[in-house]
Amino acid sequence: MRRFRNPGGIYFLTLALLLYVPIILLIIFSFNDSIHLSFPMKGFTLNWYAELSKTKELLNAVQVSIFLGIGVSMVATLLGTMGAIAIVRFNFPGRDIITALSAMPLVIPSVILGVSALILYREIGIQLSAWAAGIMHVVISMPYALLIISARLAGFPKNLEEAAMDLGTTYWGALLRVTLPISLPSIIAAFLICFTISFDEYAISSFLVGTQTTLPVYLYSQLRFPKRLPIVVALAAILMVSSILLLVLSEWLRSYGQIDIKRGKKE
Amino acid sequence: MMNFAVELKNVTKIYSAGRSSDAVVAVKKMDLCIPPNEFFTLLGPSGCGKTTTLRLIAGFEQPSEGEMFIMGKPMTNIPPNQRPVNTVFQDYALFPHLSVEKNVGFGLTIKRVPRLEKDRRVAEALELVQLTGMGQRKPSQLSGGQQQRVALARALVNQPSVLLLDEPLGALDLKLRKDMQIELKHLQEQVGITFIYVTHDQEEALTMSDRIAVMKDGIIQQMGDAVSLYEEPANHFVADFIGESNFINGTFEGMEQEWAVIRIGNQRSYAMMSSEKPAQNAATTITIRPERMVISSPGEQEGPGISGTITEVVYIGTDIRYLLELATGQEIQIRIQNRSKENISAFPKGATVKISWVPEDAKILAN
Repeated sequence: MRRFRNPGGIYFLTLALLLYVPIILLIIFSFNDSIHLSFPMKGFTLNWYAELSKTKELLNAVQVSIFLGIGVSMVATLLGTMGAIAIVRFNFPGRDIITALSAMPLVIPSVILGVSALILYREIGIQLSAWAAGIMHVVISMPYALLIISARLAGFPKNLEEAAMDLGTTYWGALLRVTLPISLPSIIAAFLICFTISFDEYAISSFLVGTQTTLPVYLYSQLRFPKRLPIVVALAAILMVSSILLLVLSEWLRSYGQIDIKRGKKE
Repeated sequence: MMNFAVELKNVTKIYSAGRSSDAVVAVKKMDLCIPPNEFFTLLGPSGCGKTTTLRLIAGFEQPSEGEMFIMGKPMTNIPPNQRPVNTVFQDYALFPHLSVEKNVGFGLTIKRVPRLEKDRRVAEALELVQLTGMGQRKPSQLSGGQQQRVALARALVNQPSVLLLDEPLGALDLKLRKDMQIELKHLQEQVGITFIYVTHDQEEALTMSDRIAVMKDGIIQQMGDAVSLYEEPANHFVADFIGESNFINGTFEGMEQEWAVIRIGNQRSYAMMSSEKPAQNAATTITIRPERMVISSPGEQEGPGISGTITEVVYIGTDIRYLLELATGQEIQIRIQNRSKENISAFPKGATVKISWVPEDAKILAN
């Protein structure tokens, strides 16, 4: 019998070579006792990580990015949830167009969004700050929230909400007691994704943050100093690993919920 | 004045998707009175407006025109959560994130019924549907039939004035469905609540209902109990939808005593007179149930009848089904009960036979 090769192999090979190998190299070099990022490695050190924690501007940037990320993902998830409910549960004129348009930020280059937001802010007089960048972060992360949550909403029937109203709740009560609890895993997943998008975002932030440096902006600025390169690498390694962890967590949350509804075999 | 459990006055529901040319009339000028404690069924093919009618009563849809009353109180613009009705949904719509107990107690929780009373009523409801001891499970851990019972308990625990059931047995297999039909009927008698039941299954409707409304195109075609619908179908649609019927075309020749004389081809037969007397020599259709017709050999029996040729004999155990072609070219079927073995081969395929019936069993259909 002929064996068919799984075409997924090529996909994973490409991914492993071009994505994970550089990441792994980066992590390895972050422990290298030399300012040159090349083999052979000189020795193992945690110096660069220690160095990181002593840099005041860096800690500042971390703080800004975390607060910004939380704020952005709260707003983006809230708006995304509202949008998802509208698109999945209601039939209104122009729904298809709105659905298509709401995914637009996914395909517009961030640089262009950043420049155009800069022009707009000048015109209407918004001061440049991390929060000014945050507004645009909401815009680019909202579609992800919308897509993740609407997939979940589409996975269970509308008549659950009707059943709740039939049993005495108002429409908002039904959302609160039925829709939100069932969608909660996807809402948390959306929150985490929005957070990583904001936390890692560079192009838009570089135009809009003004003097309030976020972590990616700080990281990029440090590349000008060759001596600081290993510190930047250590920082990048931390960013990378934490983002991957968040993504894995959100993916797990997303699938956790699906099994619950569809197969119904959750213990 | 008598209060009906549910009363619809001239209710119309139009769905419009933007342009008026796309408007669909789901329910057309419906008048409906359902007395308390009745098991009432809305029966019809899909798209006939039966589910829309139920959703109007539940409050999920607003009527485009007309008025509605539940237990004598106007309900036209009252939202679902303020109506004294509860619904058992087609696919049960159990809350997947809550246990059976919390599903059943949902309505009582919303109404802030004290904890002890709530626990007692939930336990009673679970006992009523024979699910005692299942309270801690999640709906996903139950079989289809058990989920069905949870849905029932969840609705009944609120002691609604009217219970609405939207094809609740549709997803169950045949055997379980038959058991549940009987059980539902008993349950309804036990709790003494008005049931409004929606189904497309005529046998299910006949089995359970006190009264049935047969619907088509948003209009009630006929309303009555099982016997009157089967024995006195008001029109072609009802005769065809409820059970099996033969439709034979002929002309109305006049009256002979109280019977209508119908000419079929060149032979004469008798039928019950309809309320509207057809014009002399008008084209008429009569309907007769397959089991109410008699086959005999030509010349064997006296009296009126028409002749036909047997085109197919189908043995189905309890009955023998004959397909026949009349002299006029029309096809009909006749069922004869399989009462003795000799009957089986009495009328072979290809035989020319006489077909007759008692005049009471032939109805003239309104055009």
